[in-house]
Amino acid sequence: MNWTPDFLLEKIPFGKWVKFFVDGLTDNFHQEFRIFSDSLEWVIQGTIMSMAKVPPLILIVLLCILAYWLHRKWVLTIGVAGAMLLILNLGYWEQTLQTVALVIYATLVSVLFGIPLGIAAAHRKWLFTAIRPVLDLMQTIPTFVYLIPTLMLFGLGMVPGLISTVIFAIPAPIRLTYLGVTSVPESLIDAGKAFGASKRQLLWKVELPHAMPTIMAGLTQCIMLSLSMVVIAALVGADGLGKPVVRALNSVNIAMGFEAGLAIVIVAIVLDRILKQPEGKEYIGG
Amino acid sequence: MPVVSFEHVDVIFGPNPTVAVDMLDQGKNRDDIFAKTENLVAVHDATIDVQEGEICVLMGLSGSGKSSLIRCVNGLNKITRGHLNIRHKDTLIDLATCDWSTLHNLRTERISMVFQQFALMPWRTVRDNVALGLELSGVPKNKRHQIVEEKLALVRLDNWADKFPRELSGGMQQRVGLARALATDADILLMDEPFSALDPLIREHLQDELIQLQKDLKKTIIFVSHDLDEALKLGNLIAIMEGGKIVQIGSPEDIVSNPVNEYVAQFVASMNPLKVLSCASLMRPVETLENDDRKTNSKIIDPKNQTICTLDDQGRLQKVTHSGNDISMISFKEDLDLKTLPKGTIVTADADTPMRAAVEINFVVGLPLPVIDRIGKLIGVVGNKEIFSTILGKTNKKKSMV
Ligand SMILES: Nc1ncnc2c1ncn2[C@@H]1O[C@H](COP(=O)(O)OP(=O)(O)O)[C@@H](O)[C@H]1O
Ligand SMILES: [Mg+2]
Repeated sequence: MNWTPDFLLEKIPFGKWVKFFVDGLTDNFHQEFRIFSDSLEWVIQGTIMSMAKVPPLILIVLLCILAYWLHRKWVLTIGVAGAMLLILNLGYWEQTLQTVALVIYATLVSVLFGIPLGIAAAHRKWLFTAIRPVLDLMQTIPTFVYLIPTLMLFGLGMVPGLISTVIFAIPAPIRLTYLGVTSVPESLIDAGKAFGASKRQLLWKVELPHAMPTIMAGLTQCIMLSLSMVVIAALVGADGLGKPVVRALNSVNIAMGFEAGLAIVIVAIVLDRILKQPEGKEYIGG
Repeated sequence: MPVVSFEHVDVIFGPNPTVAVDMLDQGKNRDDIFAKTENLVAVHDATIDVQEGEICVLMGLSGSGKSSLIRCVNGLNKITRGHLNIRHKDTLIDLATCDWSTLHNLRTERISMVFQQFALMPWRTVRDNVALGLELSGVPKNKRHQIVEEKLALVRLDNWADKFPRELSGGMQQRVGLARALATDADILLMDEPFSALDPLIREHLQDELIQLQKDLKKTIIFVSHDLDEALKLGNLIAIMEGGKIVQIGSPEDIVSNPVNEYVAQFVASMNPLKVLSCASLMRPVETLENDDRKTNSKIIDPKNQTICTLDDQGRLQKVTHSGNDISMISFKEDLDLKTLPKGTIVTADADTPMRAAVEINFVVGLPLPVIDRIGKLIGVVGNKEIFSTILGKTNKKKSMV
C-alpha cells in the first residue's frame, strides 16, 4: 500500500531550476563575466608579482616592524620573524605571497560591501530580516556546492577562488557591524541628537566610533575565515598554499602535505597575533 | 512672556496614538487605553509656563512621565497633541510642528541637555566630549578649543581635559556633562535627573554648584527630579506629576504648605525640612499672634506670654521685651557666629533664612525668632512649637488632610 499522495511523488525540479538559472547567466553574459574575471585576475597577479619582486628578508623586516609598532612586544616580534623565516626555509615563500594576496583581496571586498550592508541593516529592521536567512545560508551551505557555478561563470584561476572565499567570509563583517551599530546605548544616540547631530553625523561621530571594536573583530574574523578557504580555493585553480596541499593529496605525498599544511598554520597564527586587539586599548582614536 | 510654554501637551507611545487621543477625550483612563490598544499615555494635558531665568522642576515617582515631557522640549520625543512654544529671536517656535532645520537650529544654539547616565562618549577625552556640541555645529577647531578650556575651568576640571570619562568619578563625569551642555551657550538647559545616579554627598555638592553657577549664568532650566528635597532646593517653580498628569504646580512654599492630594502630601511628609525650608514656610504668621492686652501694637510671641514684640503704626518691629525687660536685638546674617551669641538675645530672621539656621539660633538663645520683611515689618514668628510641628510634618493644612 502506498500512502504517499501522488503530488508528493512528483519531484520538484529544484536542481534543474538552479542549472537553468546558471546556464542562462553563462549563455547571455559569458563575455561580461570573462572580462570581469580577466581584469580581476590581472590585478591580483600584478599584486603578487610586485610583492615577489621585493627580497623576502625585507618583507619579513617590514612585517616585524609592523608587529612591534602595533603591540610593542619583543617576544611577539621575534616570534613573527622566526615563523616567517621557517616558511622561507621550507620553500613556500611564493605560495605564501599568493595566499596573502588572495586573503587581502577577499577581505577588502568583504569589508567594502559588508560594513555598509551591516550599517544599513542596523538602521532598517526589514533589511536585517531579509538578509539574515541569506547570511545563514552563505555560512552553512557546503562550499563545494557553489564552487561549480563560480567555476562556470568565472573560469579557472584566482577569481573563482576569490568569489568563493568572499561568499564564505562576508557574513562575518556584516553580522559584527550590525551587532556593533545596534548595540550603541540609546543614551549616547540621544546625546548626539540633543546637540544637533544629523543622521550622518550620528553615524560618524557616535555609532561608528562606538561600534569600532566590534567592527574590527569582524575584520579579524573575516581574515581568518578567508585563510581557512585556501585549500578549497585551490580546487578551482587559485594559486597559493592550498595548491601543494591538493597536489599532495592527489599524489599521496605525506611530506609535501605536512610542509604546506604547516605553512598555512604559521600564516594563520602570525596573522592572528598581529591582528589581535591589544588588551585594554578598546578605544583607539575615534 | 514665558521662554518655554507647554500647552496641553500629550505624549503617547504606541502603534496608534490617534486612537488613544480619542479615547482620552472620551474620558478613558491610561490603564484602560493601554489594555485595549497597547498605546501608552506617558503625558496627558501638561501645561506649564517657564519664565526666563527660572528653574522649573518636574517632580514625580519614576514612570510618571517626567522624562517623556522634558524630552519634548528638544524634540527627542514627539508631541502627540498640544503645543510647546519656545520663544526664539522674537518668534515663537512650536515644537509640535516645526521642521527639521528649525529643530536643528534650536538644538545647536538654544537648548542643551544633561543626562541621568551622563551619556559621555567613552572613546573621547574629557576635552573632546565637552567639544561635542561645537563640533556638530561646525565651530572651527581653535575657537572650539578656547571655549572648551573656558567651560572646563567653570566646572573646575581644567586639569582633567586629557583623561577619558572612565578615569573620572561619577560626580566629575556629570560635571563634564554639564560643561558639554554649557559649551554651546544655549540659554535653555534641560536636566533629566542629572544627579540621581550620584552618592548623596556628591549630589548635594553638585546641587550647590549648580545654584552657584546659575547666579551668574541665569539660564532657563527645566530640571527633572524624583526627590522633593532636591526640587525644593533648586526650583522656583515645581510641577508635580502623577501617572502622566501634572497634579500640582506652584512655588516651593505652595507645594509644602498646600499639597493638593495624598500623593503630593506623601512627598512632603518624607522630605527633610531642615534642608529645604526657610522661615517663610515655617513661621506662624503675624495675623495669628495674640495681642498683648496691656499695650496697643504689641504681639505675644511665646507660649508663656513673656516675650512681647512692640510694633509701630506700620507694623515695624520696634523692640522686644522679656518679662518686662528690654532685650538686645540683632538681625540674622549668614556669617553670624553662634558661639559668641549671648543667651537671651533676640535674633530677627527674614523670610529666606534657612530652617537649619533658625533651629540653631533658637537652641542657642532660647527665644523665638521674630521674622521681619525688607522694611522691618513683623510678618511672623518661629519658635519651638513651629519647629517641632514642622519636623513632625504637622502643619495646619496637612493635619486636616491626614
Ligand atoms: N520610547 C518609549 N516607548 C514606549 N514607552 C515609553 C517610552 N519612553 C517612556 N515610555 C513609558 O512612558 C512612561 C513614562 O516614562 P518616563 O517619562 O520615562 O517616566 P519618568 O521619567 O517619570 O520615570 C513609562 O511607563 C515608560 O515605560
Ligand atoms: Mg526619567
